[in-house]
Amino acid sequence: MTAPVLIPPLGEPRPQPELAVTEETLPNGLRLVVVPRPGVPLVELRLRVPFAAATARAAAQHTARASVLSGAVLLGTGARDATGIAEALQTHGGELSVSTDPDRLLFATTLLAEGLAPVLGVLAEVLTDAGYPADQVEAERARVAERISIARSQPGIIARTALAARRYGAHPYAEQLPATEVVIAVRSQALRKLHRERVLPAGSTLVLVGDLDPAAAVDAAGSALAGWTGEGTAVAAPPVPQQPPGALQVVDRPGAVQSNLRLGGPAPGRTDPDLPAVRLANMVYGGYFSSRLVENIRERRGYTYSPRSSVDHLAAASSFLVEADVATEVTGPAFLETWYELGRMALTPVTGEELDAARRYVLGSMALSTATHAGLASTLSALAGSGLPPQWLAEHQQALARVTVEEVQEAARRFLQPSGLTAVVVGDADRVADPLRAFGPVEVVPSADPA
Amino acid sequence: MTAAGADLTLRHPVERFRLENGLRVVLAPDRSVPVVAVTVSYDVGMRNEPQGRTGFAHLFEHLMFQGSANVPKMEHARLVQAAGGTFNGSTHQDYTNYYEALPAEALERALFLEADRMAAPAITEENLRNQIDVVKEEIRVNVLNRPYGAFPWLQLPGIAFESFANTHDGYGSFVDLESSTVDDAADFFHRYYAPGNAVLCLGGDLDVAETEQLVRRWFEPVAAREVPPTPPTGEPSPTTVRSDVVEDRLAPAPAVALGWRVPDPVGDLDTYLGTVLLAELLSEGDASRLERRLVHDDQLAVAQSSYVGLFGDPFDVRDATLLTTQVHHPASVPTEKVVTAVHEEVGRIAQDGVGADELARVQARTEAQLLRQADSVLGRTLAFANAELIHGRAELAGELAARLAAVSPEQVQAAARGLDPGTVAVLELRATGGRR
Repeated sequence: MTAPVLIPPLGEPRPQPELAVTEETLPNGLRLVVVPRPGVPLVELRLRVPFAAATARAAAQHTARASVLSGAVLLGTGARDATGIAEALQTHGGELSVSTDPDRLLFATTLLAEGLAPVLGVLAEVLTDAGYPADQVEAERARVAERISIARSQPGIIARTALAARRYGAHPYAEQLPATEVVIAVRSQALRKLHRERVLPAGSTLVLVGDLDPAAAVDAAGSALAGWTGEGTAVAAPPVPQQPPGALQVVDRPGAVQSNLRLGGPAPGRTDPDLPAVRLANMVYGGYFSSRLVENIRERRGYTYSPRSSVDHLAAASSFLVEADVATEVTGPAFLETWYELGRMALTPVTGEELDAARRYVLGSMALSTATHAGLASTLSALAGSGLPPQWLAEHQQALARVTVEEVQEAARRFLQPSGLTAVVVGDADRVADPLRAFGPVEVVPSADPA
Repeated sequence: MTAAGADLTLRHPVERFRLENGLRVVLAPDRSVPVVAVTVSYDVGMRNEPQGRTGFAHLFEHLMFQGSANVPKMEHARLVQAAGGTFNGSTHQDYTNYYEALPAEALERALFLEADRMAAPAITEENLRNQIDVVKEEIRVNVLNRPYGAFPWLQLPGIAFESFANTHDGYGSFVDLESSTVDDAADFFHRYYAPGNAVLCLGGDLDVAETEQLVRRWFEPVAAREVPPTPPTGEPSPTTVRSDVVEDRLAPAPAVALGWRVPDPVGDLDTYLGTVLLAELLSEGDASRLERRLVHDDQLAVAQSSYVGLFGDPFDVRDATLLTTQVHHPASVPTEKVVTAVHEEVGRIAQDGVGADELARVQARTEAQLLRQADSVLGRTLAFANAELIHGRAELAGELAARLAAVSPEQVQAAARGLDPGTVAVLELRATGGRR
C-alpha cells in the first residue's frame, strides 16, 4: 500500500463473540436452530421450507403457483381472516413476510421478545390450516400478475431473467419470474394441493435468533409446531447441466439511455474447497469498491455508477456474476474494459496486497453482517438451505485466511476467464449491437416490454 | 413507557463534547460486539442548493471520496475496506453524511480519514469531471432508465411546495451538473463543510476517555471557519388542492401519490409524532387501514404505502415536509376512485378516531422496527447523529420508542384532521409505454 506514514496502524483485533447454538430436530422432522444473542429485546424468526420445482416440465406451473401461494397463505385460516392474522402478529411487533426463490419458501418476521410463543402459534395456524378462500385467491393472483408486469418493466429484472434463461436452458432455475398468463389461471384448489404436498416440516428449518432462552424457545417451538405434520418428502432442485456460454445476447430496449451488462458462469458451491479462493478472486475483480473493475470503469473512466461482481449460491448451482449499468454511448468500451479486467484476472497474478485487502474485507464484512439478530438469522437460514451447520461460518473464515496468491490465480483462471462466461446486454440494439460485435457473434432478441 | 423503550434508552448513554473549532462530538458506546461506527454529518443538503446548481450537494458528496491532503484517490476506500470495514455517504434534504462501520481496532484510522477530508478534500478538475459522469450514470440507473424512477420523490415536491429550496430536483439537471466548476466546489466546501457545521458521532465498541483523546488528536488541527446560519425551509401551509399529471413511458401501469403538509418535525414534535403513527396505521402491514380498503376489500390497488419525510425517515427532516401516500393501481381503476377511497379512510379516522387496541398494535410494530434499526451499530449511530443534527439532542433517538408508545388515540385523530382533502397535493402518473 502506498499510503503515507501518517495513517494510523490498526490496533489488536478484539475477539468475536462465540455463537452458542442449540440444534434440535422435532418429532415431525422440523429442524430447529436457536441462538441467544445480546442486543435489542427482539427475536428474528426464519422458517425455510424447501420449495424447488421438481422438473423442468413442472417449473412454469410451479413458479406461478408458488408466487401466488406466498401471498395467499396469509389470506385466512379456520380461526382468523387475513386481518386477524396480521393483527395477532402486529400485537407482538411482527409482520410475517412470505417469499419464494427457486429453492425455497421463506416465512420471516421480527418480533418483540415476549411474543415468541404467541407468534409461533399463529405461524403454526398458517402452516396447518391455511384456507385459500377462492374469491380472495382470485384477487391475489390478479395482484401478483400486475406486480409481475411492473417488475418486468425494470431493466435490472429484464437482464436477470434473460441471463438466467440463457444460463439454465431447460433447468427449472431458468424460470425466474412466472408468466402472467399462467399466474392468472392459478386456482385455490391447486394451492391447497401444493401446500399439502410441499409445505412440510421434514426438510424445513426454523431459525430463531435474539433475546431468548434457548431451552424455553425450543419448548415453545416444539409445542406450537407439534401439530404440523405431512406426508411426503422435501424436493430439491435437480442437478444443473453445464451449458456452453453461447453468443453474446443483446436484449433490445429501443431508446434506452443505458445498457445493462451482465455476465455469469459457474462457481464452486459452499462445500467446495475452491470456494474461498474464488470468493477472494471475485473481490479483487469487482466484489467491492477497492476493486479493479470499480477503479477502471467508474473511478477512471466514469462509464458507470455501481459496477460489481459477486458469487451467488442456489442449492444446485453457484454462480460468478458481473453487473454494470453503463451509458448507451460507451457500451462497447465498457464491455471491453470489463472483459479486459476478467482476462487480466485469469492470466496474471494478483498482488499480495490486493489479496490481503480482499481477505480482511471479506472477514470483516462477514463479522458485520452477522453482528445483528436479523443478519445472523438470515445467514444461518441460508446455510441450512445448503445443508450446512452454523459451524461452517468459522470453518470458512479459517479457509479464507489460508488462501494464497497462487490459489487465487488458479481459481480466476478456471472461473473468471471471460470466454467461459455467458453475456447478456439489455439496451438499445440499434446503437450497441454493432460495437459489441467486436467481441464475437451477437444475437439480438426483442425485449418483452417497451423501453 | 414500555419495557423495550426503557431498555433502549438505558443501554445507550450518550456522551458529548465540543472542540474549539466548533465540531460537535457525540459518543454512544456499547461494547457488546467488537464493531465501531464513525459518522460525520454536515448541516448541508439538497435544500441548501442555490438556483442553477441543482444536484450540487449530492455531486459534492461524491467529491469527498476522491482523496484528501494525505490520502490519494481510491485510498479512502482501500484504507477502510482493507481494515475489514464498509463505508458510504448519502445526501438528504437537510444534511449530508459520511460513515464507516469497522472492526473496533480500526477506529483511529477512520477518524484520521474523516479529519483529513474535513480539512482538505481533493477538489480537482479531473475528479470533478469524472464524478459528474458517475453521478449522471447514477441518475440514469435510478431515475431515467427505469419506470417510476422520479415518482413521487422528485416530482411531488414541485406541486406540494412553493419555495425553490423545497421544490427543486435534488438529484440535479444534467445542464446544472455539467456546468459545475472547481470554484463552485471550493466555495461550497468553504461555506458548508466547516467543522462547526458538522456532528461527529461515534458508536459501538469504544472507550469514552480514550476515544475523546483520539478525536482531539485528529480533529482539533482542523481550522475553525465561520458557520452559515441554518436557512429557514418552512413555508406557509397550502390552502388549496394542487394537482398535476406526469407521463412515464417506461411504466406499464398507473400510480398516484397524495402529499399533505404535516406539523413542523422539530418545532412541534409532539404533534408530529401523532402524524408518524398515523402513517403507520394507514399503511403498515396487512392490518392497516389502506391495505385493507384499497388492496383487499375494494381491490382498487396492487400496492400502497404511506410515509412521513420525503425519503421515508420521519426523524431526519426539518420543516416543511409531507405525509405521502403512494398507490399503484391497475389501468382499469380510475385514479379518482383511488383518491376518493384514500380521503374516505383518512376521514374515518378524523371523524371516528382510532381504538386503543388498534393503536397499541401499531405502536408495538413501530417499536419493533425502531429496535431493529438500533440493533445495528451503524443504524443506531446514524440515528443518534441525525437526532443531534436535526433536533439538537442525540438522546432523542434513544427515547423515540418510548415517546411513540405514549402517543394517544386523540393525537392520531388530530393528525388525521390535518390531512385535509382541501389542501392535498395529488400527483398522477400515467403509464404511456403501452402494455405487452
